[in-house]
Amino acid sequence: MKHFPTILGHEIRMLLVNPGTYLAAVLFLAVMGFVFTGILETYNTSPQETPPAVVFFQVFFIPVLFMVPLLTMKCLAEERRLGTIETLLTTPVTTTEVVLGKYGAAYALYLGMWSSTAVLFYIFQRFVGDAHLTDTGPILGGYLFIAVSGLLFIALGVLASALCRSQSVAGILCFTLLFGLIVGGNYLSGASWLNRVDFQPLRSAVEYTMIFDHLGDFTRGVVDARQLLFYFSGTALVLILSILSVEAKLLHS
Amino acid sequence: MPEDPPAIEVSHLVKAYAGVTAVNDISFKVARGEIIGFLGPNGAGKSTTMRILTGYLPATSGQVRICGLDVETHPEAVKRQVGYMPENNPLPEDMRVSEYLYFRGRLKEVPRRMLGPRLDEVLELCDLKRVRHKIIGKLSKGFRQRVGIAEAILAEPPVIIMDEPTIGLDPHQILIVRDLIASLRGRMTVLISSHILPEIEMTCDRVLIINGGRVVAEGAPDQLRREIIGRATYTAELAGDPGVLPALLAAVEPSLRIAEMGEADATGFRRYTFACDRHDELGEALLRSLAGQAGFRVRSLSRTHASLEDVFLAATRRSWDVVDAARNRDPK
Repeated sequence: MKHFPTILGHEIRMLLVNPGTYLAAVLFLAVMGFVFTGILETYNTSPQETPPAVVFFQVFFIPVLFMVPLLTMKCLAEERRLGTIETLLTTPVTTTEVVLGKYGAAYALYLGMWSSTAVLFYIFQRFVGDAHLTDTGPILGGYLFIAVSGLLFIALGVLASALCRSQSVAGILCFTLLFGLIVGGNYLSGASWLNRVDFQPLRSAVEYTMIFDHLGDFTRGVVDARQLLFYFSGTALVLILSILSVEAKLLHS
Repeated sequence: MPEDPPAIEVSHLVKAYAGVTAVNDISFKVARGEIIGFLGPNGAGKSTTMRILTGYLPATSGQVRICGLDVETHPEAVKRQVGYMPENNPLPEDMRVSEYLYFRGRLKEVPRRMLGPRLDEVLELCDLKRVRHKIIGKLSKGFRQRVGIAEAILAEPPVIIMDEPTIGLDPHQILIVRDLIASLRGRMTVLISSHILPEIEMTCDRVLIINGGRVVAEGAPDQLRREIIGRATYTAELAGDPGVLPALLAAVEPSLRIAEMGEADATGFRRYTFACDRHDELGEALLRSLAGQAGFRVRSLSRTHASLEDVFLAATRRSWDVVDAARNRDPK
């Protein structure tokens, strides 16, 4: 792990000098600002029960579905396409260090982008007097959910990039994986055939992976160790698969 | 373990991909400080062998040792001993030259304190000072190539492996690269593959020719010439009766014969090519005997050296059956 800081620092630096990153950040903030304005307008017209933070974090999947592929699709696919993976892996670094370094940089940027939305809440707190609406609990819970679930989402993006030579294919694969994970659970839980007794274990497994339910728990202030374990173990598994796929591609290159 | 193991030691290396044997039982040794040229037609297995030497690809069977360390069992230690420049020299497009070299230096574990001076030294050595702040993607081919070479020698590893370092360079730049490689002689072991044969001949102490995944010839360029071409040739411009020439040649050396005879020009001179199985210098004896012959006039006489190109063509034309047959005939 000696080279992990070197690779991480390098990757973050490369992301920060890339104009594309700023463009993506601006677009992200524009979308999130637009969503936030929409929420405020609803609150203006009729009284609501839930704090706006809860509603805001419920649309987390919109930025996740387009930002995560954009952030991660380049990381390993580009190295392979240019052939620089060969020069990188003939220095005394291990595949693990390379994959973790790239993962860490993408995750740091993901967190950075999300943390910039804190400005929206700051403005809200400043101008809204109602203590019920400006409760910080759901906000902190929401950000904690973003940080923990982001671990798994970014790892899936890295895996997609490790599997493909082409950036665009990696991007689409990542989008599909994320869509399946986030929306697929919701869809399955609504399926009637899962209610049969034979499928009971499968049903409980699907309920365990329902990401929207996790979000609900987090914003209510419930941090369940099982959910944390789901994200941490999922991240570890996906990263191990990414490392193995980089190495397997070398064996057959 | 012996005191000073050879820089590169390859024994019975085999690499098969999906049913195709790219490298088939290659064995060779490279001493420390030696510069060795690695030749072979496209698809002969040069790049595959080099990739196995760097530890990037695993071998199917056989053993590779770099400075006495087995590549299979000590991959990280071996990577510290090797500076590698791959084929086509892949470089990141969006970094500045000095930034890239700094990053690579850190990865290669050059201490932070030493990295600054070492970078200056390498940039100077590769004539890159002018472009150190330029973006790599915007550099010309020659500069990119030199960035790759600078990267390979950056950490001063004992072994340097370069896959076609002079490809795409202009003659002036080739000269710089040649001097650069020659300046490493004695300090570092260099293994270069190239298609530019005169380059290899000028810089390398020894040449290794592979074809179809096998070593077909190995040795110093002079030795190979003798071994593969097998004869010395002389060209001469003479005027006189060609009929008496065979007897005259036989008197000098029995195996000396006329290999080619040109048309007589306006002044009566013809161009002859003589072939001879002996390798020592016969020029003087030949000149004396030709000049001594009444009715003969000599305008020029010279010994022609077979170029490495001829050696390469002849060696790669020999199929490995021939090599195997020769090996079986006189087992070592």
